[in-house]
Amino acid sequence: MKLPHSRRRFIQGAIASSVATSGCSAQRSANTEAAASEVSTEPLELRINGRSHSCTVPPQETLARTLRDELELTGTKVGCNRGECGTCTVLIDGVPNYACSTLTHSVRGRNVTTIEGLRDADGALHPVQQAFIDELAPQCGFCTPGQVMVAVALLSENPDPSREEVRQALSGNICRCGAYEHYINGVLRAAKTAV
Amino acid sequence: MQDYKHIGKDFVPPDIAGKVTGEGKYTEDIHAEGMVFARLYTSPMPHGRVTRIDTSAIENMKGIVGVLTADDVPAPEVPDPPILTNHPVYLGEPILAVAAEHESIAEAALARIRVDIEPLPFVVDPLDSVVEGGPNARDEGNIFVRFGEGAGFHTVKWTPEQVAEFRAGKEPSGEFLQEWSYGDLEKGFADAEVILEEPFVTAGYPHMSMEPRTAMAYWEGDTCYVYASSQSQSYWMPGLAKLLDIEQDKLVLVSEYTGGGFGSKFAPYPAAALPGWFSKKVGRPVQLHISREQEFYIGSARAGFQGRIKIGFAKNGRVTAADVAIVEDIGPMTASGNTSAAGGAISVVYDPEAMRWRGLPVITNTTPRGAQRGPGQNQIAAVMAPLIDKAARLLGIDRLEIRKLNATDSSTTVYAEQAPVTSAYLEEALTKGAVEFDWANRSAAPRLRGNVVRGLGIGQAYHSTGVTGYDGLVRITPDGVVHLHSGVGNLGTYSYASVTRAAAEVLKCDWEDCVIHHGRTDRHLPWNSSQAGSNTTFTQTRTNYVAAVDAVAKMKSVAAESLGGSADDYEIDGERVFLRANSGRNMTYAAIAQRAIELGGAYSGQNAPEDINGVTRRAVQALSGTGLIGVAKDTLPQNGIIPGLAVAFVEIELDLETGKYNILDYACVAECGTVVHPQGLSAQMIGGAVWGMGMAGLEKHVYDPQNGLPAHVGFNQCRIPTYLDTPPAIRSSAVDLPDPQNPVGARGIGEPAMGCAAAAVMAAISDALDGHTFSRTPVTPDMIVNHVANRAMSFKPLQTNSF
Repeated sequence: MKLPHSRRRFIQGAIASSVATSGCSAQRSANTEAAASEVSTEPLELRINGRSHSCTVPPQETLARTLRDELELTGTKVGCNRGECGTCTVLIDGVPNYACSTLTHSVRGRNVTTIEGLRDADGALHPVQQAFIDELAPQCGFCTPGQVMVAVALLSENPDPSREEVRQALSGNICRCGAYEHYINGVLRAAKTAV
Repeated sequence: MQDYKHIGKDFVPPDIAGKVTGEGKYTEDIHAEGMVFARLYTSPMPHGRVTRIDTSAIENMKGIVGVLTADDVPAPEVPDPPILTNHPVYLGEPILAVAAEHESIAEAALARIRVDIEPLPFVVDPLDSVVEGGPNARDEGNIFVRFGEGAGFHTVKWTPEQVAEFRAGKEPSGEFLQEWSYGDLEKGFADAEVILEEPFVTAGYPHMSMEPRTAMAYWEGDTCYVYASSQSQSYWMPGLAKLLDIEQDKLVLVSEYTGGGFGSKFAPYPAAALPGWFSKKVGRPVQLHISREQEFYIGSARAGFQGRIKIGFAKNGRVTAADVAIVEDIGPMTASGNTSAAGGAISVVYDPEAMRWRGLPVITNTTPRGAQRGPGQNQIAAVMAPLIDKAARLLGIDRLEIRKLNATDSSTTVYAEQAPVTSAYLEEALTKGAVEFDWANRSAAPRLRGNVVRGLGIGQAYHSTGVTGYDGLVRITPDGVVHLHSGVGNLGTYSYASVTRAAAEVLKCDWEDCVIHHGRTDRHLPWNSSQAGSNTTFTQTRTNYVAAVDAVAKMKSVAAESLGGSADDYEIDGERVFLRANSGRNMTYAAIAQRAIELGGAYSGQNAPEDINGVTRRAVQALSGTGLIGVAKDTLPQNGIIPGLAVAFVEIELDLETGKYNILDYACVAECGTVVHPQGLSAQMIGGAVWGMGMAGLEKHVYDPQNGLPAHVGFNQCRIPTYLDTPPAIRSSAVDLPDPQNPVGARGIGEPAMGCAAAAVMAAISDALDGHTFSRTPVTPDMIVNHVANRAMSFKPLQTNSF
């Protein structure tokens, strides 16, 4: 069974492109000292949801931070900030990534899609979003944007997945409410709808 | 009301769109103008005394706005949790907070502040404190009894021999401080054909809510606006006002979306009040960011059990006696007592003819404990299921039949006081589940395939699921809109919305004409119960019902006043009030609302009933004159325990070489009265199943006994279940028989939904291992491997909070 969005591929990508900020206070203060002092960087051109943004971003800032604080796109939630939960999943050139473990500078020249970018031109919900409503998939909703994004990526690569393929593809997204059954049902429903 | 318009049907809750679009705002998504960012400095050791705080290094640091210490906030009565402390009793306890213009500055400041802490003796395993010569986790003693007789701190020590006997599962002679019993225990055991005696351990572990509980606050004049992650809504008001030392009418709580709670956020917690104090001090809005690591520390956890149980069974499988003694790990502070509830759950699910429960709540320097999904009831369910199976095996009785024999029904009496239940249909649930799961054929199928063995398990669980005495509030405005005011919190169950369907049912209005008000207390919400204890569905369908009944009575009165006759001459339907004898004489709800405003008095909320709560009274006052107001306190009759019950059937495939098991199939049945919201019920059953699977196989506290450091802070270490830890499909259904003490027949379900899963998986593991009972949650692969290889376990008997 092909697993395009495997954890192995993600981990390889993450190591190549970023260093996750750790909880160690000494390292944290070194990073933030730089932020506190006025390090000037050239404005960065970012393509988010098909629009260009010009932002001044410190080199160690994560994409999650830039999206939420700089661009006020708070749809991407942060559950752990250390690459363990998948809540902050966004698409980078169509591939699911943890925004908390991606340096913003590393997405220069790439297309980032967040939860805010899924509605169509008329404002209609993406089939995955509508299907999640129809199946009452979200419970507390905090992991939901991440689940939506990875489901969107799956269906664009594999429009007719089996139940097991859905389960494997979404396995990088934790849900503490345990809504897995309804999420899987939602993805399968969206697959039928989109046909 | 049998042929329901709304009850028992699905609907689209108003908040779900915000979840799938990301537009729903959780506390950390919200920015107030001029907001500053606060970070906590937390204790690096499990028990200590702060001797010096030196902030001189940051006094002139650019961007620093202020520092908040324990001296700036009120100190509660020990051992209630403080907002900040100079005497930390657990690693991660907040000592001070720093606020800055940018969070990176606040973090940098934390590294420069110097805090001197004198280390004190600490405890991470209760039995290490209970043994003579063992340390106490707090200066005040090693035991804390929260309620009832003997409430307060104590010091209890057992001899090493008494501890050893407890670890061996023998009749404990050590002192317990709490006890209840019913029936004749001695006779019960004398009548028993089979007696089982076992020590058991159930691990405590953190809630790990997905949303770390960042909080924010600002003041407008003398009114404090608090943005927090809360399970409950109006229920938070008195406690939060007290934490902030203000009156309730000077407080607004905003909590429209909450990223999980599971018991950890049902009542206000100190971190939610910290921004209010800090904002008052620095004169700006303050956001207190809580990281994932800090959520582990302050986000609550389940109490741990080290216990011993003795159960007697008659020849036909009937439970004749149960005697359970539990040493409870209650963490460092006040915690809901779990162990009495555990005893209570045994009395409900298995209905022993005689019972004794004993408890000893021991303080440890581990993360604070609190209510966690079925606190006491669910961990004991996991212990009981394999023992019931063991008895069945010894007596030659089918495992399903022994459960049916002992099953709760509407005539069962429960708890120490042997109280009645409102209704119960546990046997029906078992029968339904067995058919759904094809128990008969699966039990007969072959078990072993090379190194892989199949195991089957049946689990049952219980929680009380309702309270009374809260208020309901509905309103109809002259545009014909029906406003349903819900004081229920939004933790992800959708019950804030589903319970209002009871009002819409009474009003016979279309759902499209209803608007639900919730999420912020300045939307004028009635006094509702906490969103905990699986109580909402029972409690708030009653409050919505009585408020709607009040509205209907008033509408008929208004119609009589306008059209003639008396109120009794009128009926309602199609959003009109009409004369029964001549339906042509009628008024629309809209017109009634307009007339109500003109008439004033109770009709429009100028007067309110005497018995409603102050929170509701203020809501009515604010809404006064805007339409027809229906408001009432729930004083409907209520007698006896309101049970929520659930059963589960599970099949696992266990690899004897690796100790790993996969859950192949799971079917569960809810026994919670009439189903109000089918998809919502399913969500609780599937979510509870995942929680139960986590308790059975994955989750536990792990502390290094040398230095008291927790080893399981992140999601990867404190393993919560992922998609791949749970079966590919979960089937749930419900008995759906109405409860006579609820106007729509409903009871609650959220907690038993978990306990039945934990119980079933534990039973399946035992079944796969020829009936071996570990009597310990979680059962981890190393335990299975060691058992299969006939080696000793890697921990000593009853050891807890360790690897």
